[in-house]
Amino acid sequence: MAAFTPPPLPSDDKRWKIVAGTMRKNGFARHALIETLHTVQSSFGYLDDDAIRFVARSLRVPLSQAYGVVTFYHYFSLKPPGRHTMTLCAGTACYIKGTDKLIASAEKHLSLKSGQTTRDGQISLMTARCVGACSRAPVMICDGEVAGEVTDEQLIAQLERWAVE
Amino acid sequence: MTIEELEQIAKGVQLENAKYEYEVNVCMDLACASQGAGLLRDALVKRADASGKKVLIRKTGCMGPCSSGPLVRVDPDDTLYAKVKDSNAEAIIKSLGEKPVAELQCDLNEHFDKQVRVVLENAGHIDPEKIDDYISRDGYKALLTALTEMTPNGVVHRITESGLRGRGGGGYPTGLKWGTVAKASGDLKYVVCNGDEGDPGAFMDRSVMEGDPHRVIEGMAIAAYAVGATKGFIYVRAEYPVAVSRLTTALREARRRGLLGSGICNTTFNFDIEIRLGAGAFVCGEETALLASIEGRRGTPKPRPPYPAVSGLWGKPTLINNVETYANIAPIVRSGGKWFFNMGSERSKGTKVFALTGRIKNTGLIEVPLGIKLWEIIDVIGGGVPGGHKLKAIQTGGPSGGCIPADMMNLGVSYDALMAAGSIMGSGGMIVMDDTSCMVNVARFFVEFCMTESCGKCIPCRAGTAQMYTLLTRICEGTGTMDDLELLIELCGTVKDTSLCGLGQTAPNPVLSTLKYFKNEYLEHIVHKRCPAGVCNIAGATAAEPAPAEVLA
Repeated sequence: MAAFTPPPLPSDDKRWKIVAGTMRKNGFARHALIETLHTVQSSFGYLDDDAIRFVARSLRVPLSQAYGVVTFYHYFSLKPPGRHTMTLCAGTACYIKGTDKLIASAEKHLSLKSGQTTRDGQISLMTARCVGACSRAPVMICDGEVAGEVTDEQLIAQLERWAVE
Repeated sequence: MTIEELEQIAKGVQLENAKYEYEVNVCMDLACASQGAGLLRDALVKRADASGKKVLIRKTGCMGPCSSGPLVRVDPDDTLYAKVKDSNAEAIIKSLGEKPVAELQCDLNEHFDKQVRVVLENAGHIDPEKIDDYISRDGYKALLTALTEMTPNGVVHRITESGLRGRGGGGYPTGLKWGTVAKASGDLKYVVCNGDEGDPGAFMDRSVMEGDPHRVIEGMAIAAYAVGATKGFIYVRAEYPVAVSRLTTALREARRRGLLGSGICNTTFNFDIEIRLGAGAFVCGEETALLASIEGRRGTPKPRPPYPAVSGLWGKPTLINNVETYANIAPIVRSGGKWFFNMGSERSKGTKVFALTGRIKNTGLIEVPLGIKLWEIIDVIGGGVPGGHKLKAIQTGGPSGGCIPADMMNLGVSYDALMAAGSIMGSGGMIVMDDTSCMVNVARFFVEFCMTESCGKCIPCRAGTAQMYTLLTRICEGTGTMDDLELLIELCGTVKDTSLCGLGQTAPNPVLSTLKYFKNEYLEHIVHKRCPAGVCNIAGATAAEPAPAEVLA
């Protein structure tokens, strides 16, 4: 049997080399699908059709299976994120401390639903199942920065800061 | 690596530490970090350098009482400072060798006195990124003892003798599970660590993986030796990037020291571990779904038997335990099964780590001997419900668990007692609710969670949770009828009895337990169209006013 040659990189974007590196490290094994998709998402911010096709072909996984995995797991996103991301934790401790009001307030302020990005691509509003900072509930994560015991004023102030940038 | 070499390393650390007169430990866990522990540490380093005193500033894992963060502990005096700001750095450094800074000292004696630290014994004392710190506190001694002085059977026997039960929530006897995998035939076996802490409101495993990662690795290596496995996987949530990075560092260090790899400690034992990232699916906490995810597939569960112990990862015998279970292994091997057996209650041995959160004064991570009364946790360790509010219920076990009402605070915390009360031990989330929480709404919250997290493979769970959610929403909105309630109860039974995996089988628990203890709240919503806690938006409802009890009976 002829040795398997993985398909060429989709473009000369350097980030593809990182993706290929993950696959090579795992010997292009099929079970490296999720690991590879993680690398794509952390490099590009999201998974687009080209990326999923490339990964599926490289790992010899049916495209349907790759797409199935991408859409099964909440962590993977098919849409590019906004310039800034606000994630509100919707875990139990945060819920008990009123995160639903915070979510409603952020949705109203940005006129969108959580999971969406503002039209200008500036802000994405997300919710998380639980980030494990329950002792400081309610919790929000602004561009990776965790803030605890969040108030509505704080949240709106943050959104307003981002909007004028 | 031999025991002597380990002792050498430990001695080296002690000599190194002896160069310093004081140790200032700064908690860098998520909760403290989100309150400025990073800035605080930098300030302490700067002040210490300027003072000319011999001070070791150490970054540690979670110290426990997160609500008092950022926390700093000064040794050798064991002085704990709470809510420390970077502006306090100067005062703390100045106080070394003099009197402690009185205004920063926190009085948490009661909080700590009731606790017994086994799993968390190193948390707050070691730098999780330094393997030598772990070794200096008897780390990897248990692995070496097992490899050089015990047979694999002997290890299984010791774990069985300890009475340890699975800390992921199921409570299956760990020794029994290990014995099954050890007896399974096949030369390729796997050891898997379940670090997919998906229960919202729980962060014990995160703290252990971040604060003391080597403890998990050591536990897994001992398990691999006992069952005859050569390869291990740690499955961690991608939402825990710090845990992933700490574990990656720890694995690299352990390999460098020859504690993982081939011919570990000059024996014929080979074992190595890989990290696998979860991708945000609660169902992957279920063992067969987790294994599917490691194999790179959608995390859908499979009917059991065959159990993973017989046919798991890629069809090979697989031992799968939770983070906290592995974290208990080294102390048991070190101190003996009897030592562990003597802690805890009749059928629940040892200690358990809980994440105490919600409407309680001292939120954070606690470790208590099993059998402890709930009121001891809430009133003594937790410091009670703040703001003059009244305790209503304690939620344990996450979306698979239930709510225990305030009048059952005399309950001893054990697998069986919690089960009898309609909840479960779960992985250790303990969420305190007061009179501002509506129990119908809480039930709806959990059902919504299970509905979104249902993998969709079996109909009872996929369609059942969606119908339960619709019924609960109707009740919350004040349009529910008594027929809806009856249907809801019937549906709970069906979903519980006929779902494929644990997710569906336990999804009705939050509804059933709130119905059992807080039926009047359901009736208030249905009959009087009002929400006693004032949480639910019921159109046209007037301010909440509890109805007389006899109307509801």
